Amino acid sequence: MGLELDNITIRQGAFELRANWQIAPQSRVAIIGPSGAGKSTLLAAIAGFLEPAEGRILWRENDITKAPPSARPVAMLFQDGNLFPHLTVWQNAALGVHPGLKLTAQNKDDVASALARVGLAGYEQRKPSELSGGQQSRIALARVLLQDKALILLDEPFAALGPALKGEMLELVGEIAAERSATVLMVSHDPRDAESIADEIILVADGQAQPPRKTAELFANPPAALKAYLGTR
Amino acid sequence: MKPMTSAAVAALVCLLVLAPITAVMAQAGWPERLGGADWEALRFTLFQAVLSALLSGVLAVPVARALARRRFWGHGALVLLMGAPFILPVIVAVLGLLAVFGRAGVLNTALGAMDLPPVQVYGLHGVVLAHVFFNLPLATRLLLQGWGAIPAERFKLAEALGMRPRDVLRFLEWPMLKERLPGVLLVIFLICLSSFAVALTLGGGPRATTLELAIYQAFRLEFDLGRAAGLALVQLVLVLGAGLFALRVASVSGFGAGLSPGRPLPWAQSPWLRLQDAAVLTLSASFVAAPLAMVVWRGLPRILALPDVVLSAAGASLVLALASTVLCLAAAFALASARRGWAEMTGLLGLAISPLVLGTGLFLLINPYYNPAALALPVTALVNALMALPFALRVLAPEYARVERDYGALADSLGMRGLARFRLLLWPQMRVSLGFAAGLTAALSMGDLGVITLFADAEQATLPLQVYRLMGAYRMDDAAGAALLLLGLSFALFALFDWGGRRGA
Repeated sequence: MGLELDNITIRQGAFELRANWQIAPQSRVAIIGPSGAGKSTLLAAIAGFLEPAEGRILWRENDITKAPPSARPVAMLFQDGNLFPHLTVWQNAALGVHPGLKLTAQNKDDVASALARVGLAGYEQRKPSELSGGQQSRIALARVLLQDKALILLDEPFAALGPALKGEMLELVGEIAAERSATVLMVSHDPRDAESIADEIILVADGQAQPPRKTAELFANPPAALKAYLGTR
Repeated sequence: MKPMTSAAVAALVCLLVLAPITAVMAQAGWPERLGGADWEALRFTLFQAVLSALLSGVLAVPVARALARRRFWGHGALVLLMGAPFILPVIVAVLGLLAVFGRAGVLNTALGAMDLPPVQVYGLHGVVLAHVFFNLPLATRLLLQGWGAIPAERFKLAEALGMRPRDVLRFLEWPMLKERLPGVLLVIFLICLSSFAVALTLGGGPRATTLELAIYQAFRLEFDLGRAAGLALVQLVLVLGAGLFALRVASVSGFGAGLSPGRPLPWAQSPWLRLQDAAVLTLSASFVAAPLAMVVWRGLPRILALPDVVLSAAGASLVLALASTVLCLAAAFALASARRGWAEMTGLLGLAISPLVLGTGLFLLINPYYNPAALALPVTALVNALMALPFALRVLAPEYARVERDYGALADSLGMRGLARFRLLLWPQMRVSLGFAAGLTAALSMGDLGVITLFADAEQATLPLQVYRLMGAYRMDDAAGAALLLLGLSFALFALFDWGGRRGA
């Protein structure tokens, strides 16, 4: 088994979210639901930024509930703040190899090829602010590539990009995940993203993160909570 | 930084404050040993602090108002000038003020030429004059922030409604002043309660002695440690009480970043009001700039021929300032990293206790075991670091919180800890504020004339103490030259650190 949420309850003040399911390795799962339902909270718990009040989180049968974020098999992209503005493109990407930028010659080759892979060869010494929004996303993706983690979590990192660019980035994520045999778990506001990228959907609503269901199946026969979220299409 | 480190630093700071207080209390017993002169000192301390606060605060209102509603060539420089007294060594300011207002000063020379009686600068007048010199600019900067905080739309609305300046004052400015002025007055009152160097140089005598000065006199002139401790206890209760009151009543907003509205506020364009503002600004700018100019003018002829004692004192002061800066910034950084209320409160302890009380306590602690004079410089460095801690923390804590809020999660997810986190995240993001805080601390420590007076023997001196001794020996030319050196070093330290932080950031 890949990721397993074993009867977890996340509490933040009066807010409560429960989940009890597992997802297979290398699957692509979208998390959808109304805003404020707890999609980002769920991701934060999996990434290790908040500890569930009850239950366990497992990866390949190993309990990672108490592990710090960097010790988990997780590479995460946030809504914003995915790059350090004071570091160069190269440094930002290379942080995926070593958190103190101590790199071997082999590591340096890896960074170069990761930057080339996302189409940023030649931009190594620039600062992120000198690049376009799409290119900035590519830096973060180069870092994800270098982190080489089994689980990629996306908390709508491309929300600020236009539809075409966003599609391009999601495609790149798909390719990276395929190359690295990684599992992708992404929050989405846009059912179309979910339909195009994800094999499975987790619906978060009414304090529950429901077990993943096949995308086509779910959209063909949406439950009440999903109908309410989608409106009439 | 690990929570343990911040907790350890907080504990150390508390110990540094509480151990001397305990020593003072143990020595003082009950204040029945205090005589009439001591109560006179208490009365004078309160009276001059109230007077200084009221004068500075009230006079700052028209100055800040004029700066807020006018734009002219040199506006930015004038706001900057209003920040200068904050890092100006007291002894330098005193020399400058004497050159302008003193017996043979510019003002009395002019009055004499017109056959008018001279003004008196020693005593209550002088103490209050010096306090206003330091705090009028501070109050101006704090109030200018207040004007900056009134949304520009409100002034546009006032204009659209056809409000006259009087109405603007009533509906826009007065509510802001009512909210901010009490806090500003309290801050100045608090600062003036612990006045030592000003009282030492311009006050004195039975009618113009502050408690801090009385502690020093009991110490150095009467060698009466018990009486010094008793006075220190009174001073402690006074400053602590006023400090706690200030914390409850108003949020004390540091020393004012000197923010002002980006554009001139579109009201009060009548010729009469323009003339009024021009007069207010000219007067206040001259009041701040003239003493500084006089220090430069009097000091220049001697700056290249300073006696060796001055140069060695300057060297000692530089080392002292750098040591305080390292200590203070390390402590401030550790406390800021906790991002907790208790850490900030610990930093404020420096405001709640006066340097001479702390010095008295440390002297009492050290004296039985070791020659205090041998530790004069280390103790001064430590006390100066503690005194600058509230300001450094005020600068660093919000910045630390911002960096962690914006990039903490990313750094955590990448496993950036310890030195890597400092080198790759905190340092590059915080270097501007670190440089500014270091500059403030270094300049404040460079110019300090406080604890060193209790500890130093005749063989050793910091530069401010050396200037004071030269004044006492009536070697006014040498004193002027040394004061100019001190002025230059203080401002240079500040500018160097500040520039170092900004460079390439």
